[in-house]
Amino acid sequence: MSLGPHLLLALLEGTVGALTLALTALGLSLVFGVMRIVNVAHGEFFMLGAVVTWYVSTTTGSYLLALLAAPLIAGAGAVLADRLVLRRIGYDPESTIVATIGLLYILQQAVLTTYGPYARPVAPPIYFRVGFPWFGYSGYKLVVAGVAALLLATTWLALGRTRLGLYMRATQQDREIAQAFAVPVNRVYTVAFGVGSALAAVAGALVVPIQQAHYLMGLDALLLSFVVVILGGLGSLRGTLVAALLVGLSDGVVSVLFSPTLAKIVATLMVALVLAIRGRGLFGEAAA
Amino acid sequence: MSDSRPTSSAPKISRRTLLRASGALALGASATGPWVRRAAAQAPPLRLGFQVHRTGIGAAYGRWYDRTTAAAVKLINEKGGIGGRPVEIIAEDDGTDPKRGAEVVEKFASQHKVDFIFGTLFSHVVIASAPRAGELKIPYLVVSEGYHVASGSLNRYVFQPGITDVRAQITAVGGWILKNLGKKVTLIFPDYAFGHDHRDFFSKVAAAQGGTVRALIPIPPTETSFTKYFPRVPADTEVLYHVMVGPGVLTFAREMGEHFGSKRPQIFGFIDSVEAVDIASPGLEFLEGTYFWEAFPRYATPNMPAHVRLYRDRVGINDSGASVTDPKDVSTASHMFGCWETLFVIKQAVEQSGYKKPGSDYKAFIETLEGLQSFPEGIEHPQGPKRFGGRIHQVFGQQVISKVEKRQLQVVHRTAIEDSMYEPEADYTKQPL
Amino acid sequence: MTKGSRTGVLALHVAALALLAGAQFLLPAFHHGMLARIMVLAAYAVGYNVLLGYTGLMSLGHAMFFAAGMYGTGLTIHHLGFGVGAGFVTGAVSGLAAAALVGLITLRTTGPAFLIVTLMLAQAFYLATLYFNTLTGGDQGFILTGLRVDLAGLRLPLTQPAVKYNVALAVFAACLLASLWITRSPVGRVLAAVRENEERTRLLGYDTARYRLLAILVSGLLSGVAGSAYTLLFSYVGSTFAGILYSIYPLLWTLLGGAGTVLGPLVGTLLMTYIVDIASDFTTGYLFVVGAALVVMILWAPAGIVGGIRARWVAWLP
Repeated sequence: MSLGPHLLLALLEGTVGALTLALTALGLSLVFGVMRIVNVAHGEFFMLGAVVTWYVSTTTGSYLLALLAAPLIAGAGAVLADRLVLRRIGYDPESTIVATIGLLYILQQAVLTTYGPYARPVAPPIYFRVGFPWFGYSGYKLVVAGVAALLLATTWLALGRTRLGLYMRATQQDREIAQAFAVPVNRVYTVAFGVGSALAAVAGALVVPIQQAHYLMGLDALLLSFVVVILGGLGSLRGTLVAALLVGLSDGVVSVLFSPTLAKIVATLMVALVLAIRGRGLFGEAAA
Repeated sequence: MSDSRPTSSAPKISRRTLLRASGALALGASATGPWVRRAAAQAPPLRLGFQVHRTGIGAAYGRWYDRTTAAAVKLINEKGGIGGRPVEIIAEDDGTDPKRGAEVVEKFASQHKVDFIFGTLFSHVVIASAPRAGELKIPYLVVSEGYHVASGSLNRYVFQPGITDVRAQITAVGGWILKNLGKKVTLIFPDYAFGHDHRDFFSKVAAAQGGTVRALIPIPPTETSFTKYFPRVPADTEVLYHVMVGPGVLTFAREMGEHFGSKRPQIFGFIDSVEAVDIASPGLEFLEGTYFWEAFPRYATPNMPAHVRLYRDRVGINDSGASVTDPKDVSTASHMFGCWETLFVIKQAVEQSGYKKPGSDYKAFIETLEGLQSFPEGIEHPQGPKRFGGRIHQVFGQQVISKVEKRQLQVVHRTAIEDSMYEPEADYTKQPL
Repeated sequence: MTKGSRTGVLALHVAALALLAGAQFLLPAFHHGMLARIMVLAAYAVGYNVLLGYTGLMSLGHAMFFAAGMYGTGLTIHHLGFGVGAGFVTGAVSGLAAAALVGLITLRTTGPAFLIVTLMLAQAFYLATLYFNTLTGGDQGFILTGLRVDLAGLRLPLTQPAVKYNVALAVFAACLLASLWITRSPVGRVLAAVRENEERTRLLGYDTARYRLLAILVSGLLSGVAGSAYTLLFSYVGSTFAGILYSIYPLLWTLLGGAGTVLGPLVGTLLMTYIVDIASDFTTGYLFVVGAALVVMILWAPAGIVGGIRARWVAWLP
């Protein structure tokens, strides 16, 4: 296959990957942006979404039901973790890291014991093969890209147009002043954590027909999300999306030109370089 | 999909359970009167440290290693144990991590004070653990499939008597591929040790037997989507040789199908890609008509010998190679038998060498084991007849080539043991103990 | 700002080292070996803490320094036939060099950006160890054999338990005392000031970038020393130790033990290793226990165990 179609394929793959990454990272962006904490277990909620989808879709035969169940269960778990643990340690960034690592272990073991160590597939709800002149492409992947884009747009609108969104943005800007304006900061935190984890679970649910559900799949999701959130700039949803596009596309395009492992090295160093030069990320606010 | 784990072959063997079981056996034996010649009542148990991947990336294999080990031990104890002593398994999770693997070896030797250590699949865990076993001077029998044992880079305490190594596997099937599928081969492999072994050993075979490696496509370790790699397969490829492993394999197979559609070259893979995965899974339709290396056929064959039937029953797999209590739980048939056979090799070497306890008896054990030349096919070696290379501490056996037909694996060829043998490159017997 | 008398603090830490030294005569074989490993890893955490606890910079890329030490030592011994001493020095220098590289790249980087830049650099290093696998053995790695130290006319194999323990102790002691010395020195006070408020410290006339670079260098050096010691004592070199988990571990151990305390990293490493070991004796679902233990401990002591002790009872603990 010549270079042109090669690049087209890389672009398609990159876009699908970028949009799902943006959706996964969106949750982390909310949590990190609003609460200023690192949720090391964020990837585990992504994994939970995938595993719950497998359970629900194989027992009930309905993928749609799974798509609803996954974020609900993940969100509930997150709210529980927030109430029982995070609130008690006052959302201190460093203790939160330890606590969420603990949560990571707990979630992983829970899945390992019940679901098992296997990688299991989930049949995509919609499947069709898109026949380009040079290659075939999965129609479901295009659907996922569309749904992810839709969810991203919805979240952006919600943040911009609803009262909850206003509260979140206010808390993110300055927690103390928000509190002075009677924003229920603690409740905002809980909602942010719950919604953030639920979004990760949705991403996992969408992605699982493309990948498989495996109890260790959360770590990669966490790392990539983290990179994208910070590369994009704290507190900027637009930044998260752009960074996801950059990461998703560059990886694909660069690997057309180099050997894959070398391409990954190059892509990794590029991200480091961008952040070293521009510490606040692409769209982040300048450091106060 | 039911979420109750099969309890009859539950992997959660605590040593308490086994201790109780062997104690009960002993008690029962002594209670049946003086005509029962079971020395088990008086003899102290033979304690085997089982280094197993309970968590981490190897956990799926670990589950089945656990079950196969339990089944083998049960059979051995029913027949009187090893040298009249009941076998007790002490299992420790190595987390599929090299640091923890080495710690666990120390724990077995220094704290649990076991007689022998066995188990473990992943190469990096084996390689990190081997030095400790050598320092602590305790035999370490791995079920790893890696070439590292035979290469001579480990030490004299390490053996691999129950499973063949990748070099032998590739040597055996490589010739068949070139003869039967095509001479222009493109390799897709993960860009780390396991994949490199395939790249290097298959290239050797191709060079020696008139094949051409048309292209090499290494895939970085954390890749989850493979679509962009298939366009690199040259159009005149006759055989696509793939060894992708890890959770992404189903994606790989599906995307391979999406790319090639109905115009595809011959495809040969290694069952490692789909161990513990149902070949009839959604998304794997494309594998129909493709070939796989297997070590031990997953599916029951029509004229299976009785000992293979017995092995399958004991381990608890049905005719499709899945758990009898949960048909969705597919086994790692081409690897787990290694635990079974290793345990029987330990039995043979202990009984033949007169081994009694840790320490100075190891010399006799090791020398006896090194002197063994072959293992006949039977209930102790259900995978097939074996030849043992005492100097390289590695066993050789038949390899199986299967074809996916009607969404099942059908055996099409069994290689002779000689087909898999290569020039030995080491001699552990020259090392002092 | 110097909490506690100079001699009191020194005495406490020397006593801790003496305790470790004495323990080797009392410990059963298994724990003897475990403690040797823990001390080397704790040295790594001590190095990490210089940057996190005392300078306030959280890195997710320290595996690069640890692995630089490991490969620096391992590769020269394996391929070039270096002796143990020369290998060790090469490892330490490699850790320092890696730190210099990272330090120069991150001269103006802090906070979340620093986290990701270090993560990416370490990830690139990890991928490089896989890419150059003909040299490094990749993920499988390779083994070092015949390592020994020639001291006072004696040939001491590093694999012998007593030698292993005391070499590990020596490495840990050196790192511990180095970190103690730095944190209580004038340089350490500037670092603490940078941690509290970098802007203000700069306004006071300090070249904070230079101090941060110094902290990274020291941190990288100590981590590299630990990595070098690890491969010398445990004979194995492999990509696993350059991976992300080995950047997360020292973070976890340090936070659990108490960042910003000198003994915290040791406590954290000890605790985590033994919680995993003991829990796995009781149940196959031991990760559950480990996770729960982490949550419980951090609820009780959000500033880490030693931090909690300092807050509640012993205010002069450094």
